[in-house]
Amino acid sequence: MNTKVILINLFRWLLLLFVQIFLLRNIGFYNLSTPFIYTLFILVLPFNLPNLALYLLAFLTGLTVDAFYDTLGVHISACVALAFVRILFISVSLNRESIDEPEPSLGNMGFKWFALYAILCILAHHVVVFFLEAFKLSEFSYTLGRALTSTVFTFFMIVLIEFTFHNRKSV
Amino acid sequence: MRNLWIFISRYNAFFFFVIFFTIGIILCVKNNAYQKSITINSTNAVVGTAYERLNVIKRYLYLGRINDSLALENAQLKAALLNFKNSDSSATINVTDTLYHQQYTLYSAKVIKNSVNQRNNFITINKGSLAGIVKDMAVISPQKGVVGFVTDVSPNFAIIRSLLNKETLISVLLKKNNAFGSLVWGDKNFDIKKAFVKEIPNHYTIHVGDTIITSGAGGFPKGIEVGKVSKTQISTGDNFMTLEVDLFNDFSTLQYVYLIKDRLSNEQKNLEAKLPNEH
Repeated sequence: MNTKVILINLFRWLLLLFVQIFLLRNIGFYNLSTPFIYTLFILVLPFNLPNLALYLLAFLTGLTVDAFYDTLGVHISACVALAFVRILFISVSLNRESIDEPEPSLGNMGFKWFALYAILCILAHHVVVFFLEAFKLSEFSYTLGRALTSTVFTFFMIVLIEFTFHNRKSV
Repeated sequence: MRNLWIFISRYNAFFFFVIFFTIGIILCVKNNAYQKSITINSTNAVVGTAYERLNVIKRYLYLGRINDSLALENAQLKAALLNFKNSDSSATINVTDTLYHQQYTLYSAKVIKNSVNQRNNFITINKGSLAGIVKDMAVISPQKGVVGFVTDVSPNFAIIRSLLNKETLISVLLKKNNAFGSLVWGDKNFDIKKAFVKEIPNHYTIHVGDTIITSGAGGFPKGIEVGKVSKTQISTGDNFMTLEVDLFNDFSTLQYVYLIKDRLSNEQKNLEAKLPNEH
């Protein structure tokens, strides 16, 4: 069971990062909207993962993306922020004892909860990414706009992926 | 300590977030040229502004010292200005005379051209008819001694026939015994420190070192010291003797001169012109 979870997550990690780095890196709408679907990996990590492990995994994921994006530190910070928002949101919206699902995926949690959860986490991640990239507040509205449109794009793609996996799993 | 540990472990998510996020930001700033440059620049801006503010305060605190130095500088400049005024005054110097009508007025002028090596020497000064200089005014030097007469005047300049000129003849007398004579230069003597007093009657006893003063005739006020007798007993074969005189003033270093206006000279001349024997 445990090994299976690890393997699934490892596979997901490899697949998402592969797609992100070799495919989505070259996709963008007028430099305004760029999807970062690898965030899905952190989103659907198991509930029972300790905070430190979650942060370390987020850190590693960010580090890998940064290595390929040539932006050391930007995605690390963003993934750490995402992990923080994830912990906060889960602790606020769910009762720890009543969690019987292994991981917060769309199929397990339902669309409404997952949509809010994903949007908040992705927004935190993207805001950090784009503001660290710009690294100045003089183009605040432009940067924020990029973050918002990219959030929509990423969320759209993540929901698409989740629906695909969810359907396959349930069948 | 235990409470602190409980507190930290309860909010471990937040503390982990702070730690990891800080690491991320540090990595980001340290390893990316763009973010690094912006960080350093904005840091410099902040530091620069802070230093600027500090400088304003510092300058305010140093105002006293700056005031002192400025006052000192002012004093030095004022002193320089006073000296300047003294040496180059274009003001007319009046000899105030409360008992009689003022006879003499002095004009100061600067020497702009001077010659001492010629047989007949002339001096050019920086004042002319516009400043009230007229022909035949007597000229004396600021310290002691006579200089000569004005011969030509233009609006802004005047030419003085110096004592070192064959034509110049100044009426002098011996201070000791009022013996009249004429001060001349030239005649095989071209030493600018020496001149001759001619036409002193033979019967006067004259010693080396006797002072020669102006007689009051010919434009010079009476009593201006001219020089000291350096040689006597020069025989000329008649009833007069000639004295060699060391002049008090040095013509070669003449910088400023005073021109003397004699208000009564015209009256004197007119009166003397009535003399039947005037040649």
